[in-house]
Amino acid sequence: MWWWLLIAALVGYATKLLGYLVPAKVLANPRMSRVAGTLTIGLLASLTVVNAAASGTSVVLDARIGALVAAAVGLWLKAPFLVVVIVGAAAAAGLRLLGMP
Amino acid sequence: MSTTALLATLRASPAAKIGASIAIATGLYGVSFGALSVASGLSFWQTMVLSLLLFSGGSQFAFIGVVAAGGTGVAAMSASALLGIRNGVYGMQLNALLRPTGWRRFAAAQVTIDESTATASGQSDPSEQKIGFWVAGLGIFLLWNIMTAVGAVLGDALGDPKQWGLDGAAVAAFLGLLWPRIKAFQPAAIAVVCAVVTLLAVPWVAPGIPILVAALVAGLIGWFRSGGTPAHAPGHVGDGMEPELDPYPHEGKHDARARGTDQLRTEQLRTERQGEEQ
Repeated sequence: MWWWLLIAALVGYATKLLGYLVPAKVLANPRMSRVAGTLTIGLLASLTVVNAAASGTSVVLDARIGALVAAAVGLWLKAPFLVVVIVGAAAAAGLRLLGMP
Repeated sequence: MSTTALLATLRASPAAKIGASIAIATGLYGVSFGALSVASGLSFWQTMVLSLLLFSGGSQFAFIGVVAAGGTGVAAMSASALLGIRNGVYGMQLNALLRPTGWRRFAAAQVTIDESTATASGQSDPSEQKIGFWVAGLGIFLLWNIMTAVGAVLGDALGDPKQWGLDGAAVAAFLGLLWPRIKAFQPAAIAVVCAVVTLLAVPWVAPGIPILVAALVAGLIGWFRSGGTPAHAPGHVGDGMEPELDPYPHEGKHDARARGTDQLRTEQLRTERQGEEQ
């Protein structure tokens, strides 16, 4: 895992630096920005779903769905990020206390 | 500039105030990253390496999100790298705005993230842009790392992460990162499509891979989406380039951003014109 961590850090920094070192003309095309934008949305949506409903290679319904709903309500009410995270944890922990897997 | 003069400049600067408040708000949630990272199975030092060296909230959460889902190191690294691509676009925009030189360029690259970019591009005065960028960037770097360490120690002390709902906290964190980016129909549609693709892929491939399949779909949508938006400036609504936090919630934020965008466009036009003349 250490190697992948370090590679991830290196790739992350190289990506940031690339923006500063490569002439704007090469990178400044709308398609590049569009792909960066759609990738960000797609990855975050996918990570949300995987962490909410995947367990290994099966799709399961457990207390994490409650966390997803509670977080959505919090975000809807414009709660700050940290509050949303705590609400999500409380919802999952509470539902487990009530006997949900 | 002497330290006293620097402090006086910072005290008088509106961008420094905004940068500092963004740094505090963002730095604080480093505690959630630290706790979730150790809950996903990474050690204290692995967690700290992510915050110190990778230093990009989205990419860090992506890495531990894949690890928590049972994915391999290479899948975690790939998800984190793809989520970091937007930082490259930010770097390009900041290079046009701030024009850092020498070693400053390498330091600027490390603190090029959603929040520092948004703080800088929301200012119209070049020196304010610079102050906003550095105060937000360095402030977040410092606080984010301190709070990551606090979170990692707390997370280790908590014991069974499920009992405390930490897996639910991770779900909430990802939704919280996604939420500010889906203010229009198109990004919402992309999010739904990728969520469905992920659920369909889960039973068929190894853990972690569904996330990369969704990334491929999202990338293809971006690549082939015709016409669309003039995709410059972070915070371009509807393009997924909306930063995680809005530094200018109380002023006419779109005006503030439009100023930054216009300036960048003028800059680019000038460069293009020079190119044509030569």
